[in-house]
This record gives sequence, C-alpha cells and structure tokens, in this order.
Amino acid sequence: MLDFAEALLDPWSTREQVIWNLQIVFMGMMVSLSCGLVGCFVVVRRMALLGDAVSHGILPGIVTAYLITDSLSIGPVWIGACLAGLGCGASIEWLRTKTPLREDAAMGLTFTSFFALGIVLLSLEAGATHLDPACFLYGEIGLTPLSPKLELWGLPSGNQALWNMGVVCLTTMISVIVFYRFLLVTSFDCSLARSLGMPVIWIQYGLMLLLALVVVASFESVGVILVLAMMILPPVSSAFLFHRLPSILMCCLPLSIFYSVAGLQLAYSMNFPISASMALAGIVIFLPCCLLGPNGGVLTNSKKLKTRKSSRDLSAN
Amino acid sequence: MFLPIWKKLKYMLLILVLSKEASVLKAAQISSESDKDWINQAIRFWTFTDPSIQIIALGAILIGINCGLMGGYVVSRRLSMFGDTLSHAVLPGIAVGFMFSQSKNEAVLMIGATLSGFLGVGIISLLKRHTKMKEDSAMGLVLSGFYALGICLITYLQQSPNGGTSGLESYLFGSLVGLSDRDLVPLCFCLSLIIICFILLNKELLLSGFDPSFARSVGLPVDILQFCIWILMAFCIVSSLQVIGVVLVSALLIIPASTAGLLTYRMSQILVYSGILGALSGIVGCFLSFMGERLPAGPVIVLCSTLLFLAVLFFSPARGILPSWFRTRRRGQRIRFENTLKACYQVLESRSFSSQSFPQTALAQRRGKSDAEIEKEIGVLIREGYATRQEFPTEQKSELPSETMVSLTPSGWEIASRMIRNHRLWELYLTKEASYAPDHVHDDAEKIEHVIGEKTVRQIERILDNPQRDPHGKPIPSQDDIDRGWLSPPLVADK
Repeated sequence: MLDFAEALLDPWSTREQVIWNLQIVFMGMMVSLSCGLVGCFVVVRRMALLGDAVSHGILPGIVTAYLITDSLSIGPVWIGACLAGLGCGASIEWLRTKTPLREDAAMGLTFTSFFALGIVLLSLEAGATHLDPACFLYGEIGLTPLSPKLELWGLPSGNQALWNMGVVCLTTMISVIVFYRFLLVTSFDCSLARSLGMPVIWIQYGLMLLLALVVVASFESVGVILVLAMMILPPVSSAFLFHRLPSILMCCLPLSIFYSVAGLQLAYSMNFPISASMALAGIVIFLPCCLLGPNGGVLTNSKKLKTRKSSRDLSAN
Repeated sequence: MFLPIWKKLKYMLLILVLSKEASVLKAAQISSESDKDWINQAIRFWTFTDPSIQIIALGAILIGINCGLMGGYVVSRRLSMFGDTLSHAVLPGIAVGFMFSQSKNEAVLMIGATLSGFLGVGIISLLKRHTKMKEDSAMGLVLSGFYALGICLITYLQQSPNGGTSGLESYLFGSLVGLSDRDLVPLCFCLSLIIICFILLNKELLLSGFDPSFARSVGLPVDILQFCIWILMAFCIVSSLQVIGVVLVSALLIIPASTAGLLTYRMSQILVYSGILGALSGIVGCFLSFMGERLPAGPVIVLCSTLLFLAVLFFSPARGILPSWFRTRRRGQRIRFENTLKACYQVLESRSFSSQSFPQTALAQRRGKSDAEIEKEIGVLIREGYATRQEFPTEQKSELPSETMVSLTPSGWEIASRMIRNHRLWELYLTKEASYAPDHVHDDAEKIEHVIGEKTVRQIERILDNPQRDPHGKPIPSQDDIDRGWLSPPLVADK
C-alpha cells in the first residue's frame, strides 16, 4: 500500500517536478480532448478507419513542409499536412469511384503508400534533422516542457508547444459548438440534412480539415497511430455511459483528464512512453465501460435480455 | 515479360538448397563494405555472388510472393483494413515472446505474435457481436490499443538490463540488415503452407469467399474456412514483419493484389499475377534499399509496389486509363469524320448525284459551320484518303473567288453511303418494328449508325424485306450501290 502511494506521489515530489509534469498533463489533456471531440463525430459517421488513413497520409506533407521551411512551426506544417491529407482523401475517393477497387482496398492502398513515401523522404534527408521515424509512431509528449519559452509583451508567458496546442484545442471546441447543429444532422441523417439545405459535402470537408488540424497538432505529442486511440477511445467509452451526443461530447473532458494523469503515472512507475500509456489508460477505462456501462454494456445487456426472456416465459405460461 | 524473374527465382532456390547443405550462408551486414561506387554495388547485387545478398534478395522475393498470394484472398474478401489491424495487433505478442525466450528466437516470437494477433481478431468479433460498436470503431480500438501495449512493452524491454533487444526496434519499419538464413525458414514454411492450402482448398475458398450463403447451403464449413484464411494471414504477416515492419506489412497484402485485380478478373490469374508483382516489388525495393545508405526496406518495397500499381492503372493495354482515353478520343475522331462524310453524301444527294464533286461552300451550308471549320474537316478527310480537293477558277467575269470543289474517293464513298444506309435502315426499323413516330427516330439513328455492325445491318434489311425508302421518303443505298461506288440509276431517276 505504501509502495502504491509512493509510486503515485513520486512524480509530484518536488516543485520543479510538479511544474514539469503539470505541463505534460496539460498537454496530454488538450491533445486527447481535441482528438476526442473530433473523434465523436468521426466514430458516429463510421469513418474511424478513415481517421487512421488520414493520420498516416499526412506524413509526406509534414515531411515536405519541414524540408522546405526547415522548421516544425505549426503553420507550414499544417498547410503541408492538410494538402497531403486532402490528396489522400481525394485519391481514396477517386480510386473507389473510378477504378474497380473496393473502398477498403482503396483506403489501405492509399494511406500505406503515402506513409511509405513520407518515411522514405524522411530517411533520405535524415541525419541533420531531429525528425525521427519512430517519433511519428509514438510521439514525444515527454519533451513538451523543453519547447521554447514564449514571451508576450516582454512577459514570460509559458510554453510554445502548450500555446499551439491550446489554440488548436480552442479552435476545435469553438467549431464544434458553432457548427454543432450541422455536424449533428449530417452525421446521423444525411438526407435530412440535404433536404434542410445544408452543404453536406462542405461540412464533410470541414470535418476532414478539422481532423487534419488536430492530427497535425497532436502527432508530435502522441504519434500517428496513437492519435487514432485518442480519437476512438473517448467516444466509444462514453457511448456506453450516455445515450445523447451532447453528454458524450461533455464526457470527453473528464476522460481526457483521466487519460493524461493516469498515463503519466503509469509511465512514471513502469518506464513506459507517456503517449502509449495514455492509450493504455484509455483501454483500462474502456473495459469497465464496455462491460458495465448502463447504455448497452455487455453485462447489463445480458441481464436485461435475461429479465426480458423470463418475463416472456412468464407471460407464455 | 515475367519469365526471367521466374528463372531467377528457380536459380536462387537452387542456390539456397545447395548452399544450405554446404552451410556457407552466414548472417552478414549488407552494404557494410566501403564500396561506394554504385555501379559496382549494382553489379554486386544483381550477380548474387555475395551470400548475404542472396539471403536478402531471396527473403524479399519470398515475402513478396507470400503477401501477394495471400493478398488475392484478402482483397477479394474485403479484409484489407482487417489485415492492417492484424499487423498492428501482433506487436505485444512479439514483446511477450521476447520476454519469455529472452532472445530473438524466431519460433517463440512467431507464436507470441500469432497468438496476440488472434486475440485482437477475437476481441474485434466479440465487440462486434456483443456490443453496439460498429466494425470500424472496434478495429480502430484494437489496432491502437494493442499497438500502444506493444510500444509500452518494447520500451520496457529495452530499458531492462539484459541487452540484446536492439532487434525489436526493427519490427516497426523493418530492415534487411541482419536477415539471416534462419529467418528464411519461416518464410519458406509460410509459402509452402499457403500454396498447399490454396491448391487443396481452391474450390472451397473461392465459393465461400464469393458466395458465403450458397457455400453454407451446400454444406461447406464457411467459418472454418474463414478461420483458415485468418491463420494464413497471421502467418504471412508475422513472417514478413522483420523485413517490412508492423506499419506497412498490410500494404504488401493489399497493393499487389489490387494491381492484379486491375489486370484480370479470374481468381487463379489474380493469385499468379499478384505473387509475381509482389516478388518483383520485393526484389526491386530490396535493391533500392541496398543501394541507398539509409533507406529502410519496408517503405521502399511498398513504394515499389505502389509504382507498379500506378503503372498498371495508367498504362495497362486492356483497361489502363491512358489507353482507354486514347481509344475514346480515336472513336470521337472517327465519329466526327464519319459525320462529315455523311454530310458530303447528303450534299451530293441534294444535287441528285449530277456530278461527282461538289463545292465546299455547299458542305458548309449543309453542316451549318463556318468555312474555316469545314476547311479543317475536309483537310482531315484528305489526309485520311477519303476525299480529294480541286480549285476551280470561276468564270473570268465573276468577281467571286475561285471555288473549291470536293469529291469523294471510292473509300470515302463507301463509308459515307454505309453511314447513310445504317442511319436510314435504323430509322425505318424503328418506325416499322418498334412503332416510333417518324419524327422521333433521327437522334437515335444518329448514334447507332456509328456502332452498328455489318451483320446487324443485313439482318435488319432481311427483316424489313430489302426496303428502298426510309420513313422520310429518301432512298436507302443498297450494298450493291456501295460496292459499285455510285448510286444505281433507277434510284436516282426516282429522285
């Protein structure tokens, strides 16, 4: 018991450590919150694997932008990533409609090719860069506190990486709130949205752009594959708890706090990479939700089925 | 075109067998020598004299064939994203296998990887069956969750005191370095397993893949066959992991098979083609990775197969995009000049075939186009040898410029009168046999005249009992007229 408490308190023992770790936790929270908010709509639209495809497909754009501008500042990288993401999406669509390929094959073919292209570009230019292929795979959220300090009007105002992610997170929240009605209707009933005169295609593209923005902002922290975990885990876990979309969206906030704090603790005690342990924390919280969740959890479901069956037996008798 | 590859393969299999007996194959780092001259490097690669190069080339080819063959079924059963999930889900198994064996023991790693892949697949189907989660979220969840677990375990292992874990990192992107002759054994095993399964279960796999409900109704164990495919897929993925890497191994399952799907529709041919394409991209990618200093093998092999896919997509003679674009263009051109020739005929007809030539301005009037456009169209006809043009000076007194007279050559006449004949016969057919109104048939005939075959025309003629006039009262040229090169006198006289 003492060991456990020690392990729990270990990352928070000195003042420097608290500041250092709070930055990481804050970063992780913002990453998983913005991923989760976008992920809710992505999961509802059954595009979860498209999210995976886009997160892989943006790699050549990021690398090209990096090679051209020689910096990882979010502006050019975002433009490059959006271009690559759109190229990826467009070629999936083109292959699906204009060639005999099926959707899954078109998707698998496109994003793996884009990813391979990105890796090859990266390794051709490797050496002088601090872009490391493995970094794309599991990110370096632990290095957040090392990013340059930002000065606003001569005052030290915190961490560059945190500000970037904060802007992205705020953008995501604002766009979800502003366009909530459109996103809701187009996600659940496309034909109703069309009959209401909503620009369904543009909303789709807007969601893709938002997805690209979030993925680009997060890839440095959690890597391209774990972005998928951050996108899928919050909506699927909270969907077992709540029935309505607003509650599911709201639930992303406590979940993201849990992910980042628990991920950090796990990473400290077991020496895991922080991003991967955030995803593990997500899995850990997903399991009880899936089993015991009031809204369609496995055990509650089977209990309900049993009572329904017994009542049917009674009425038959 | 692919024959040399097969020969090479046979040759190399022979080398493998011989050298295995002599046990001279040693694991060696490729491109470790300071030989920077790339021509020498290329020669060194393609002559296959170096045992380490023999191993990596053979390994890449075997992986290409394995994944290509397997991919044929993966793509046709729409399991592409499933393959991606499976390939990510094996990562924790590799780490756990490593923990157990405390070394890079292939057998243990493979067993661990296969088990964890199956665990992932099982979880997907459980989630799909017992909760309201959709397949894509379940796959995404398993993919990222297992992957996170794998990353954690691998990092944990690397930090543990007993070293020798450096090989695990290569499972992410793959490398040809350090591929030893022992690594070829699982590949050969997997290849023979796949081939045996495909030959023995050919009919059953085909049937259960394309029509599961019929397969079930004739008593085939569809679920067991599906399970069979999963096992083969897991073996194939796990045995290729070391060279291609976790992230991209699904690409080799998808891309060669998709390429083969563009070339042919028959399953057996798809399997053969995709095996060959996989082997080709394996060997070329392996070569490029060997030439480049830091190029990781997996992505390069995947890029090679993507390039092959693009080449086939754009240039394959039967269904490629560029050839069919050219065909469409050529057909458009043919229809254009056939229309011009038809207009020539109509001009001649309006002048009751009084002379063999007619002024170009009359054609321009007929088609409602400017003189310059007609000039161009006639130019095309002359270039193709369907018409000739002569300048006739008008009478001296006249102020008008000289008049250009056009006359059709025999071949031009043949096409023109055939088009007219098709057009008018079709109009008559529609009015008589399909009871169209006579003023509704023109547009349809305008389209069909270019594509209707000689045989069909004869048939229509027989059905209509060799008609002389179309619904608008114009004479229909007969085959005799076409052969004779001019319209028969009675018809002209009738006119």
